[in-house]
Amino acid sequence: MSITVVYTIVTLAVIGAAAAVILYFVAQKFKVIEDPRIDDVDEALPGANCGGCGFAGCRAFAEACVKASELGDLNCPVGGNETMSNVASILGLEAVKKDPRVAYIRCNGTCDHRPKTSSFDGATTCAIASSVYSGESGCQFGCLGYGDCFDACDFDAIVMHPETGIPEIIDDKCVACGACVDACPKDLIELRKKMPKNRKVVVSCRNQDKGGVARKACSVACIGCSKCFKECPFDAITMENNLAYIDSDKCKLCRKCVAVCPTGAIIEENFPPRKVKPEEKKETEPVN
Amino acid sequence: MLKTFKIGGVHPPENKLSKDKKIEVLPLPKTVFIPVAQHIGAPATPVVKKGDEVKVGQVIAQSSSFVSTNIHSSVSGKVTKVDFSADSSGYPKQGIFITVEGDEWVEGIDRSEDLVKEISVDGPEIVKKIQEAGIVGLGGATFPTHVKLVPPKGMKAEVLLINGVECEPYLTSDHRLMLEKADEIMVGIQLLMKAMGVDKAVIGIENNKPDAIKLLNEKCADYNGVSVQALKVQYPQGGEKQLINAVTGKEVPSGALPIAVGAVVSNVGTAFAVYEAIQKNKPLFERVVTVTGKGVEKPSNFMVRVGTATSELIEAAGGLPENTGKIISGGPMMGRAIASLDVPVTKGTSGLLLMQEEESKREEIQACIRCSRCTSVCPMGLEPYLLMTLGEKQIFERAENERIMDCIECGSCSYTCPSSRPLLDYIRFGKGKVGAMIRSRKK
Repeated sequence: MSITVVYTIVTLAVIGAAAAVILYFVAQKFKVIEDPRIDDVDEALPGANCGGCGFAGCRAFAEACVKASELGDLNCPVGGNETMSNVASILGLEAVKKDPRVAYIRCNGTCDHRPKTSSFDGATTCAIASSVYSGESGCQFGCLGYGDCFDACDFDAIVMHPETGIPEIIDDKCVACGACVDACPKDLIELRKKMPKNRKVVVSCRNQDKGGVARKACSVACIGCSKCFKECPFDAITMENNLAYIDSDKCKLCRKCVAVCPTGAIIEENFPPRKVKPEEKKETEPVN
Repeated sequence: MLKTFKIGGVHPPENKLSKDKKIEVLPLPKTVFIPVAQHIGAPATPVVKKGDEVKVGQVIAQSSSFVSTNIHSSVSGKVTKVDFSADSSGYPKQGIFITVEGDEWVEGIDRSEDLVKEISVDGPEIVKKIQEAGIVGLGGATFPTHVKLVPPKGMKAEVLLINGVECEPYLTSDHRLMLEKADEIMVGIQLLMKAMGVDKAVIGIENNKPDAIKLLNEKCADYNGVSVQALKVQYPQGGEKQLINAVTGKEVPSGALPIAVGAVVSNVGTAFAVYEAIQKNKPLFERVVTVTGKGVEKPSNFMVRVGTATSELIEAAGGLPENTGKIISGGPMMGRAIASLDVPVTKGTSGLLLMQEEESKREEIQACIRCSRCTSVCPMGLEPYLLMTLGEKQIFERAENERIMDCIECGSCSYTCPSSRPLLDYIRFGKGKVGAMIRSRKK
């Protein structure tokens, strides 16, 4: 073996050993002490990184959980109560039960209900359309139908209805991350309490115009008549800006408001069909 | 050699169908809707209420801050309501509804056609009167004129540039005004020069209006310090920064006002309004509006009272053609399609373009082929394809660094794009977001 090879091996071995020693001391000196529980919590989270908790991803949420002294303000909407109780047991804190929530679309302005008064041929996103003008119908509050919410949903929980052009929520897939709520420039989507069997009673309208104006633009608009407000036995309904609003935490799904709404702006979903009594037939069929 | 601005620009077909049509006075409408926000800045505050009798030229909404301006009644009659009504964007804006009764003017307005050449007021008084008369830039941007005439501390205006470019295709309102009110415009320029304290004014006119160039050149002999500069036809030469570059060769730095290079730019229409406000005591409540389009029976130039509904103008120009695809308030490049015919004429309405269905349709959007035509035509030296992508991906910090706020929204990029990409749509969207970001940072 030539002497050069020996020299090479020896030199490299010495450099390697020296570097190892330096690296060992540097690693000791600059050691980042991280709470091992962060990894454990991160593991317990769904890993969707959807931002529904209000933090920049699951890791950031895990760090916040470890730092927190109680979990009341922290909630992972994707994992729900099960995940949060796992997190709580890792951290030795008490889990706070939260009602699961689901997205509701608050516009029912389909082509049948809301006649087109103009047409838009610019870039087809809701954000741009709403910055340019009020929309293709006479209602400036309604759904534009270009699907920014559909694009924002990471969980395939929104479909654009091919005929009506209005998005629909698939309740079982919706994790209430709130991405669609932020994406909608008209503020039509709201996260509300998830009711048993995905039942929904909601004022499906955001039109704040006076009754006549609203009705002219859309046949199923809320006209602010306050009938539902007077009818509700649970004080769940409030009236503001010519618009009724049902508080999902107070609503008991009695559907009395649906029956009195003269325009059909309050809609019910996923209920078994009503028994129609012969003397008081539903007057709420939207007039078309 | 003809001058023009140095970077970018396009030359769309001119289509000046109404250039030989004299300005006609449009008959008084039956009702008007006068919005209180017809200018850049704070909306004016209404000072009349339901049931009030108003006269032509009476202040009906008071300026609410320095960057704001008065709104005057354009008709005489009774205020029916102060309410919200949809403007050209479809969103409701506050305004004053007036039912017209007769045509009674406020006392002191000189309604004669006589030319008043003698200037009897001094500079500060001119600025004050301009402010009271509610004069805004009539080129379309509607920036209150009195604000422009008072330069910020440490800056001094050297030259007044008068914008007679009218680079938008189809529009002819400024062209007709220059031909029919040349002397009045000249006196208006003298007034503006006096208000600013400059002794030099240059009127920039594009070479497709040789009659106006010739006429104003002749008039220049009678008025000190005013000259005419003929310019090569190039869109968007009527942009403030482009006009300064074309006439003086100077470049306004990014984010700065024209005053940074010692220039103030005013439209010929504004010069005429200044003349009327000071020499005739007449506030700004009417303007020249071109009604045009290939299908229009009688393309015309009308003198219109502010607040008149669009439908009346269309009626006067021969009615709505059957195959109208879009009605655009302004010119085809920068104008906006309107969603309803009830939209009123405001101080900033320079024209009404009725586009036929086939010419109004947008082509199918295709992928960017990286031809860089948008970059080469951008008169502000921006990269529109990049700004569009940043808008699409919502990367607004980067967009700000790429000078998105310098965009003057001339639309040359969208016009020239061979893939028909909606470049300006996304850039406008990005500008809105970046603007909001900058404002929230200042707070």
